[in-house]
Amino acid sequence: MDIPYTSKPRPDTGLYNAKVGIWLFLASEVMLFGALFSSYILLRIGADKWPSGLLNIPIGTFNTAVLITSSVTVVMAWASLKMNNFPKFKLYMGITILCALAFLGIKSIEYKDKFTHYQVWLKDGTTQTGHIEGNPYFLNHNKLDARKLDHIMFRSDGGHVVAAAEHGGNAKGGHAAAVKIERKDIQRLSAYVPAHSTYFAIYFTLTALHALHVVGGSLVLAFFWGPGSKMWKTDPERFTNRIEVGGLFWHFVDLVWIFLFPVLYLL
Amino acid sequence: MQATSHATHHDHAHADPHHEELGFWRKYIFSTDHKIIGFQYLLTALVFLMIGFGLIALMRWQLAYPGRAIPIGGALLERVLGPDMVGKEAVTGKIGVIMPDLYNSFGAMHGTIMVFLAIVPLAFGAFGNFVTPLQIGAPDMTFPRLNMASYWAYYLGGVVMLISFFIPGGAAKSGWTSYSPLATVVDAQYDINGQTLWLVGMVLLITSSLLGAVNFITTIIQLRAKGMTWMRMPFFVWAQFVTAFLLLLAFPPLEAAGIMQLMDNVFDTSFFLPTGLVVSGKPLDISGGGSPLLWQHLFWFLGHPEVYVLILPAMGIVAEVIANNTRRPLWGYKTLVYSVITIGFLSFIVWAHHMYLTGMGTKISTFFQTTTMMISIPSVFILSCLFISLWGGSIRFNTPMLFALAFLPMFGIGGLTGLPLGFNASDIYLHDTYYVIGHFHYVVAPGTIFGLFAGIYYWFPKATGRFMNEFLGKIHFVFSLIFMNAVFMPMFVQGMAGMSRRMYDGGATYSLEKAPEVIGALNETVMRYNISITHAAIGLGLAQIPFIINFFWSMFAGKRVTSDNPWQATTLEWCTPTPPPHGNFLKEPAAYRGPYEYSVPGAATDFTPQFQAEKP
Repeated sequence: MDIPYTSKPRPDTGLYNAKVGIWLFLASEVMLFGALFSSYILLRIGADKWPSGLLNIPIGTFNTAVLITSSVTVVMAWASLKMNNFPKFKLYMGITILCALAFLGIKSIEYKDKFTHYQVWLKDGTTQTGHIEGNPYFLNHNKLDARKLDHIMFRSDGGHVVAAAEHGGNAKGGHAAAVKIERKDIQRLSAYVPAHSTYFAIYFTLTALHALHVVGGSLVLAFFWGPGSKMWKTDPERFTNRIEVGGLFWHFVDLVWIFLFPVLYLL
Repeated sequence: MQATSHATHHDHAHADPHHEELGFWRKYIFSTDHKIIGFQYLLTALVFLMIGFGLIALMRWQLAYPGRAIPIGGALLERVLGPDMVGKEAVTGKIGVIMPDLYNSFGAMHGTIMVFLAIVPLAFGAFGNFVTPLQIGAPDMTFPRLNMASYWAYYLGGVVMLISFFIPGGAAKSGWTSYSPLATVVDAQYDINGQTLWLVGMVLLITSSLLGAVNFITTIIQLRAKGMTWMRMPFFVWAQFVTAFLLLLAFPPLEAAGIMQLMDNVFDTSFFLPTGLVVSGKPLDISGGGSPLLWQHLFWFLGHPEVYVLILPAMGIVAEVIANNTRRPLWGYKTLVYSVITIGFLSFIVWAHHMYLTGMGTKISTFFQTTTMMISIPSVFILSCLFISLWGGSIRFNTPMLFALAFLPMFGIGGLTGLPLGFNASDIYLHDTYYVIGHFHYVVAPGTIFGLFAGIYYWFPKATGRFMNEFLGKIHFVFSLIFMNAVFMPMFVQGMAGMSRRMYDGGATYSLEKAPEVIGALNETVMRYNISITHAAIGLGLAQIPFIINFFWSMFAGKRVTSDNPWQATTLEWCTPTPPPHGNFLKEPAAYRGPYEYSVPGAATDFTPQFQAEKP
């Protein structure tokens, strides 16, 4: 006996197997991200102060648009198959995958910016943000000690962050000239990495988990676009179903980002 | 009805084309057949059950005889785990004393292994896989390759957990609940410590049960045979259905929590670490701002539904065995079904009754106290239905039935002793004492494990074509029952006397003998129970030897079954060939009636199977 309803829907449920499966899987995904969003709310409510304005909103908006575009094209790809137009499917699915790669590329640029952007807390109680000469990644006060560095050359951000007056921050736009900060004056030094604060911790956890979903989803879609598309010749109905199921997952990934963007960038 | 007699199709089963095509590796190791996967789960989980028992046996030795070297294998254990873990006896210098760190590791890993690597895989992975598709008349699970992936994710998770014993610092040692901040600050000097591997292992196990849950639910929704309507499904299938939903929806929050704790441990974040945390007199070098309470909420959001993941499949097995051996329909089938669904829903809103002592607020406590009392109602319904099912039956006391019968009072004790823990006021006194240990072990050990034994003895003839030995089975049953109670009953007394559950020396520091000035010091009787419990635990271990012998001996030399339906049962799994071939059914099965039509008035036999087309 073969397993029934792999491509034809079961009469009383009206669904084929994989569609039931993907919806159940998405239900569990809702619980996974739901727990993380709940944690975000709890941490934010419990925080003394919650930073805002640390992320680049135009880039975030553009990335949102990229992902929404891919959600549209993945439906077009499925609809093309339904209308028996395989070349159109190839085109739209290709665009979907390119959008996914563009999203990941833009996201990694954002990540890189954060990894080289620093906050330093000085022992006199003041704090500054900016860049360290040579743009090192992931430096912190413990690594300064480990590398026996007794000072850093720090270019303070202009404008929006409180800059200690004695280090001569240029108040208007751009970076000030690099200023020497002695290790003995530094209380804590951290790039904008997860360890920086609970805000960045939840930001990186949520966006990295989402990015993993984008990677996984685009791998599957790329398989359907490439070697997996051979099934169109042997079992077109099942292949179309596969695209539908993959598309459902892709919509979910898109939906998560639509929640992530306002929660992390705007609020 | 019994379309194929044993003698004819048994030979044919070997000639089945599916069987011939597959080589050894595809057939037994990387199999996609739900029955083989069920067997893989069964054997792996039984091994983990033994490992989990071994850990607690060593811990019990330390509790009964604090500071004394373990009698066997002490030197070997020291060579494997190192002198930090296994020490020398103060007086004689003999090697083999369980050191505090090792005790903590064993405690955490006993819980983890028993819950996530032994009982859930047995109840859900093994029985669910083997029996569910057969009972609904399906050729296999809907996603056979996903099923295989589920088993191998579980296997890898188990391997990671076992490896963690042998890395520097040893396995996780913050309890199976891994409360932060303890779980983050313990062994923080190692880059990769036991807790990190615990989290990685848990992510694999969660992946496994997620794949399993999706597969089970889809199978039950989509692959029911013709005529197998929802209210004709055996109760076992209903129990698995609800269990799968619990796994599907309750596990992901723990995965989220696990990811966050992993971030805390590896990337120095502060999800669960509050501001101003001081460890060993030094402020911790972290950003702070996290919430330890958040971990507890996320953990118990899984943790409580998990309790029902452990018990519901066992209830399902017991229901099947009882209906079959009383030769009567289950009393209140619909009540059972609605109760199990209600339990499923309610189990998502009771979790914080594990957290009354955290100071989360009286209003929240009151809410969770109320829901906790509510969930006991459907549980009592189920137990009552099963008890009433016995009334007026001509009961066959074979081994599966004995285990099923013992399940009822044992689970009853476990459930009723839970009520004082569900009430805020009485829980504050009993929290974290041996009373709690006694309570949940009554539910899981003589409860669930007895249910699982009943299932093994009951479905063994279908799986192998041979009966298990009744005599060995009864020895196994009698001694298991006696020793289970001898182990867990005294724990209630110890707990009410105030013995804390996590003490390395079994409470000796606070005994009348060593600290007479302490108010409420533990008296001599309570302390003596430590020794009697340890002896009973060793007895319980020995009582499993007849089972192990029986299991393997019967597989090859047990009495052959002479029919496909040796227990004269009514559900669909008994109309397959024995053992069922790949694809299960020779012709498309159909259900013509309800699952428990025993002793129908006017029928020729005292059972009318679901697969029997004609009227009785």
